Amino acid sequence: MNEQELLGLADDELIVGWRDSEWTGIAPLLEEDVAFSSIAQNEIGHARALYELLGDDADALAFDRRPEEYRCAPLVQLRLLDWAHAIARRWLYELADEIRISALRETLPLAAKIDREERYHRMHAEMWHERLAGTSQFREAVEELWPYALGVLPEGQREALAARVGLPVGDAVERGTLDDGFAELWDEMTMVRRSAPAGAQW
Amino acid sequence: MRDEQAFIEYVQGGGQVEAGDWMPDDYRAKLLKFVEMHANSELMGVLPEREWILRAPTLQRKLALTAKVQDEVGHAQLIYRVAEDLGKPRDAMFADLLSGKAKFHNVFHYPTKTWGDVGVIAWLVDAAAIISQKALLKCSYAPYARIMKKICWEESFHILHGRDVILALVTGTPAQFELVQEALSRWWGPLMQFHGNPISRDEDPMWFWRIKSQGNEEARQQFLDGYVPQILELGLEIPDPKLRRNEEGVWEYTEPDWAELKHVVTGHGPRTSERLAFRARFLEQERWVRDAVLAA
Amino acid sequence: MEWEVFRRDRAGAALEHAGSVVAPDAEFAEAWAREQYGRRGESVALWLVPRAAVHVVEDWADEFDLKYRRVDGYSIKARLKEARERAGTAGAR
Repeated sequence: MNEQELLGLADDELIVGWRDSEWTGIAPLLEEDVAFSSIAQNEIGHARALYELLGDDADALAFDRRPEEYRCAPLVQLRLLDWAHAIARRWLYELADEIRISALRETLPLAAKIDREERYHRMHAEMWHERLAGTSQFREAVEELWPYALGVLPEGQREALAARVGLPVGDAVERGTLDDGFAELWDEMTMVRRSAPAGAQW
Repeated sequence: MRDEQAFIEYVQGGGQVEAGDWMPDDYRAKLLKFVEMHANSELMGVLPEREWILRAPTLQRKLALTAKVQDEVGHAQLIYRVAEDLGKPRDAMFADLLSGKAKFHNVFHYPTKTWGDVGVIAWLVDAAAIISQKALLKCSYAPYARIMKKICWEESFHILHGRDVILALVTGTPAQFELVQEALSRWWGPLMQFHGNPISRDEDPMWFWRIKSQGNEEARQQFLDGYVPQILELGLEIPDPKLRRNEEGVWEYTEPDWAELKHVVTGHGPRTSERLAFRARFLEQERWVRDAVLAA
Repeated sequence: MEWEVFRRDRAGAALEHAGSVVAPDAEFAEAWAREQYGRRGESVALWLVPRAAVHVVEDWADEFDLKYRRVDGYSIKARLKEARERAGTAGAR
């Protein structure tokens, strides 16, 4: 994986973690709220570790770029405030992530660490998938998000994802496009930080 | 032991009660109401802070704030479980919360306006809450006393995180210092009301049943003892010219607005309806999920 | 259904009852108990037991004097003092 691709992975983890953290306090069940929040924190922790590979200041990379400079996949940018979509995204994202992280394990020690933590994310996503797979809400959400899920991976890895999800490879919403909601997310994410001069302490 | 007098002597002598034990109806009712309000408060307390998770200015602050709010949700789960085992289903408690029939603490009815509020809440509101929570460690109802241990242990990092946020701001730019001062000035009133108006022990059913082991005024004095020096040493001003510790070591202060407290906790706070509506929206929206999950 | 959660604080410690979670099956109970009772690394093990599987024992017969088989049934001070006086060993410590 080259630097641009690594930055894409880091940005994916940051933004999916940010989106997942939106459920803190409003998940369908209190017990799940706590679990989901841990996943969000883990993703952001992964992003931080990846940024630290790429530069001296993880916060600068996370916050101080313009929206168009982020390399995250469109799947993670979407604001999904209904559970069917949020959990469908979790499931699709973890499956995609597993494919690309296992490809990286040999060359990147950090990938092995991330993978070990992601194992619990995968168990969690699979648990929900099993329980909701029979519902129309979940199935429709997966179908809607499928083109976005494909866009998380490079073309060479999409067949593997299709096999796990049970849907055919088709048109993908490719990396490099910014969802309408992303500018709003970036604005919210950076508003406090931008209120003080660069280099201010928080 | 199905004798109310014997039960009273037992708990007043320090005895503890478990979930399956016989208890007088009045004890059960008062206890349940108290526990339910506590659970509701943890749940509603999430909403003012939640917005700032999405705006946290560094990765470290984002993680810490998310973890803190996660803890509040976790506490809600622990406390609702205690109430459920006392006989009230979770759905019924949510329904009563959303209809306004059940209450939650005053501080969670107010808006959060800046990052300064994030620090003040984590540091001072949590400090006020911990004082009450520590007093519950000796609650006559053992399941509740036991979860207080876990709650107090988890809260210990909240206050440190809050103080760290404050310290970064007061040693930052003048504008950042002002964020804290302004937030403190706004929150001082609700903080002083937090522990409730003074009730004498003879009139306090919570003391009678040994559910609480500390009076409201005692808790407030403890808060002032611990935190006024910490606030003043940072060069911050407390917006109460009468606030001082007298020769007997008792804090004197401007009488809090008890009418405001009553008005707010009965559902008329600045953010009460909005927050209850927000919570109701998600509860309703995800009803199908609960049905799918909790079905056998 | 309710699942009782027992946790072990660290290797060598006894399992302690920690609380309960409401979950439809062992998978959900595990996912949720992991979080509620282990997200701070505070447990090395969790035992999850459906509440219905717990057999509660809370009543005891306490009719007769059983002190003969407990430490508090023995008070040897007076006799020990007498024995030492007889042997002339009282105060010879």
